[in-house]
Amino acid sequence: MKKMHKALTVAAVSMLMLTVLTGCGSAKKGSEDTIKIGANLEMTGSSASYGKSAQNGIRLAIEDANAKGGVLGKKLEVVIADNKSEAAEAANAMQKLVAQDKVVAVIGPNLSSLSIATTSITTGSKVMAISPMGTNPSITVDKDGKTKDFMFRACFIDPFQGTVMATFAKDELQVKNVALLIDNSSDYAKGLAQFFKEAFIKTGGTIVAEESYLQKDTDFKATLTKIKAQNPDMIYIPGYYQEVGMIIKQAREMGINVPMTGGDTWDSAKLPEIAGKAALDNSYFSSLYSPDDDSQVNKDFVTAYQKAYGEKPDVFAALNYDATLLVINAIKTAEGTDTVKIKDAMASTKDFNGVSGNVTFNEQHNPVKSAVIIEYKDGVQVFKTKINP
Amino acid sequence: MNNIRKRDLMSLLGCFALFAILQLLLSFDIIGPFWELNMILIGINIILAVSLNLINGYTGQFSIGHAGFLAIGAYTGAIVTVKLGLPFELALIVGTLCAGLVGFMIGLPTLRLKGDYLAIATLGLGEIIRICILNIEYVGGASGLMGIPRETNFAWVFWVGIFIIFFIKNFINSASGRSCLAIRENEIAAETMGIDTTKYKVLAFTIGAAFAGTAGVLFSHYFYIAHPASFTFMRSFDILTMVVLGGLGSMSGAITGAFLLTFISAFLAEYPEWRMVIYSVTLIVLMIHRPQGLFGNKELSLKMFKMGGGNDDGRTAESK
Amino acid sequence: METGSFLHQFIQQLINGISLGSIYALIALGYTMIYGIIKLINFAHGDIYMLGAYFGFVATTMFGFSFIPALVFAMAAAALTGIIIERVAYRPMRKAPRIAILITAIGVSFFLEYGMILIATPQPRTFPAVFEATVYNIAGLVINSQQLVILFSALVLMTALTYIVNKTKVGKAMRAVSFDTDAARLMGIDIDRIISMTFALGSALAAAAGVLVGVYYNSIDPLMGMLPGMKAFVAAVLGGIGIIPGAMLGGLIMGVVEAMVSGFFSSTFRDAAAFGILILILLYRPAGLLGKNIREKV
Repeated sequence: MKKMHKALTVAAVSMLMLTVLTGCGSAKKGSEDTIKIGANLEMTGSSASYGKSAQNGIRLAIEDANAKGGVLGKKLEVVIADNKSEAAEAANAMQKLVAQDKVVAVIGPNLSSLSIATTSITTGSKVMAISPMGTNPSITVDKDGKTKDFMFRACFIDPFQGTVMATFAKDELQVKNVALLIDNSSDYAKGLAQFFKEAFIKTGGTIVAEESYLQKDTDFKATLTKIKAQNPDMIYIPGYYQEVGMIIKQAREMGINVPMTGGDTWDSAKLPEIAGKAALDNSYFSSLYSPDDDSQVNKDFVTAYQKAYGEKPDVFAALNYDATLLVINAIKTAEGTDTVKIKDAMASTKDFNGVSGNVTFNEQHNPVKSAVIIEYKDGVQVFKTKINP
Repeated sequence: MNNIRKRDLMSLLGCFALFAILQLLLSFDIIGPFWELNMILIGINIILAVSLNLINGYTGQFSIGHAGFLAIGAYTGAIVTVKLGLPFELALIVGTLCAGLVGFMIGLPTLRLKGDYLAIATLGLGEIIRICILNIEYVGGASGLMGIPRETNFAWVFWVGIFIIFFIKNFINSASGRSCLAIRENEIAAETMGIDTTKYKVLAFTIGAAFAGTAGVLFSHYFYIAHPASFTFMRSFDILTMVVLGGLGSMSGAITGAFLLTFISAFLAEYPEWRMVIYSVTLIVLMIHRPQGLFGNKELSLKMFKMGGGNDDGRTAESK
Repeated sequence: METGSFLHQFIQQLINGISLGSIYALIALGYTMIYGIIKLINFAHGDIYMLGAYFGFVATTMFGFSFIPALVFAMAAAALTGIIIERVAYRPMRKAPRIAILITAIGVSFFLEYGMILIATPQPRTFPAVFEATVYNIAGLVINSQQLVILFSALVLMTALTYIVNKTKVGKAMRAVSFDTDAARLMGIDIDRIISMTFALGSALAAAAGVLVGVYYNSIDPLMGMLPGMKAFVAAVLGGIGIIPGAMLGGLIMGVVEAMVSGFFSSTFRDAAAFGILILILLYRPAGLLGKNIREKV
């Protein structure tokens, strides 16, 4: 018995050592006929579900490109690094991608706070990164207002999104008193709430309640009871769909029937399932992308995506797909794998036709994109209106 | 006594040699930036493991709130450099002292508790620290404190780590340290012997917390950011796992544990889907077959390897 | 705030708190039983709750079970999982230092969480509505039929557990083992079998909580057990770990405190308040609310 223990321990330790050693040796040399693109994704940790969609989108884009013969006569290869949904780990993953895997450009991270944490590494190593979903302005602009050379994004920014919803609330929904329910663990939600608040107060509205919650919360009845007492005409919830679904479900059960509004992270097929179709009626969100958009590129994308993964793409999949295409496009324009040239090529992208709309980067490396307001009717997304920048 | 001096000197020389080799490898880019980053991470984790080992391993007090002290160090250090614009050296000292102070304030009332109760209280306090930080807008709240200058480099981590290892090793070999060991072996007996158990438990806890704070300063000044999500109870578990895997009450064990787990985690980044599964299975198998940790509470002895970390209680433990 | 609306809000928050608290109580029961019997903080217990939710999900979506059969299926499957986990991971470590078993428990927890991510993807799943949620509006207070079902199921399960522990032979053996393992062995009790039974019972209760949560909140994901597991443990300690009525009381207190803090203060401080109360209790009544202080003998 004792001997067996010893043997097993030795086996386990040697397995560890082996993994470690192979790890050292795995500083793979970029083989001559592939171009490596990095993906710094939320594969584990609290936002693992976004990482999965993102990975699907990226893979699809890469496979497409390879099926069409690759880029510059070479095959593309995607190297995925897990950032564990944590800022410090995101920096770690970025370092690994640029230094160890020698990728020519990086897609991700998707979360704003993670993306911000990787800035210094992209700048230091002169490899560009594009955040598909990071809508916080400071991803591409530092605190002195200077554009960060190697940081891009594929989505619009929060001030725009907040303004869009404020205008919509005032003009179309004609509400005066709004309650905010903010995901306090996310930069994105806090930023968006702030920009909405500023824009909405400017239009003459009042914020009657400002409450917050944390990701992974499941019971919101206490907070909703508090909000209900303030009698708002509308509730703005800039959070992620999982919590938002539960909030709306619980709010409707408590007899809160005012319109619910939110941002692009509401765009998920899961939301109607979690909240319930009936409960979700009378709710609106500003979005980057709708799988029902009838542009040809998008139709093709949705068909291919459904064929590959058996489900409709969500906004994470779509934006990551677009980000990947943007990177591929930049590599083509740069006619090589010089990372600085790729960055320059990316900055000069004009009228790129992506599944989530046309992309032209402005001075701050933000794409100038229009936003759509989508309404949920009986669990189905219905296009409500389009608001241009 | 003379013998120990000589040993310390030898160990110190060994450290110089090790540092010289690693620094050369770094300077000539033989170790790339990715592994450089992980070497720094290993260094920081070694500091954390060694400091937690002082509380859990040597004094026998079951604490699982170490991430809280790490957070305090990370944030106070960052406030010193970012908000006040003072030098990094000062940040290190302030971070260490603040974490030590909080450790003292927490330790004084809670160390009356025993075993699992102490564990759960420290776990709770660690979370409370994190939630409080999450709600302080001055340090960025949920967004974290950004724009921290990168001051930490390999040399800093290495020498601070060596200092802490030697500090704790000498503490253990001092009269106070012996009292801590006595408390671990049998608290009631120690008390009967006239040892002021509360005093030594709080002392060990404060020192452990302070050094976790040092690690925090190094951490935030390497990754440019101090973010509340980096300091959850999962992080405390990580540190605890390093200590227990290496062997409670063994300095070489804590160092090896920190080294191994950081390495595995870095390496498995290539297989994100399987990373945690492999990690957990390895952990379970190792624990089942080696419950006392890789080293038990023994040390690598000087005779086996001519390098640091050896001390006397390894031998006493062996003879038990 | 005027008194009328304050009182009204207070009662509403109390209702919210109790329905949340009964979930914590169900998970806490398992924690407390396992701790009582082998003195192990089973960190994987929160993940059994997650597994239970997934078993319930499989039962309702794939097998088309209705609520009660799904609940029973999930409880049985989780009980089996509990026994297997104990057999594979904890039994070989009976003689090991307690901290080593604790680390194993953390390992098991990671394994269940990330194993589930591998199998079921990290995406949240939506639980089918197994029965319609009717909303009752009594004097301005809102109560939902699901809240009633949760409360009712929790009460039934707790009563059943109390009966098993207090009146049956197995229950007697469990109490004997937790009181003095060695003496129990000498009395001819098969310790390993009793420990297996304890894991089965505790896991079944956690699974029931998982299914109830799935029905109530409609959304389950592989990491859903982390936080409630931790809080249920706090609840168990709060009530006096190892004591069954203590776990129920602790769970309810946790739920109500959370609701009150979110309702009258800020939800971001909710968890801090829960942990704060725990620490105060520990400092002034270290054995928990219902626990007896035992003086350590020399």
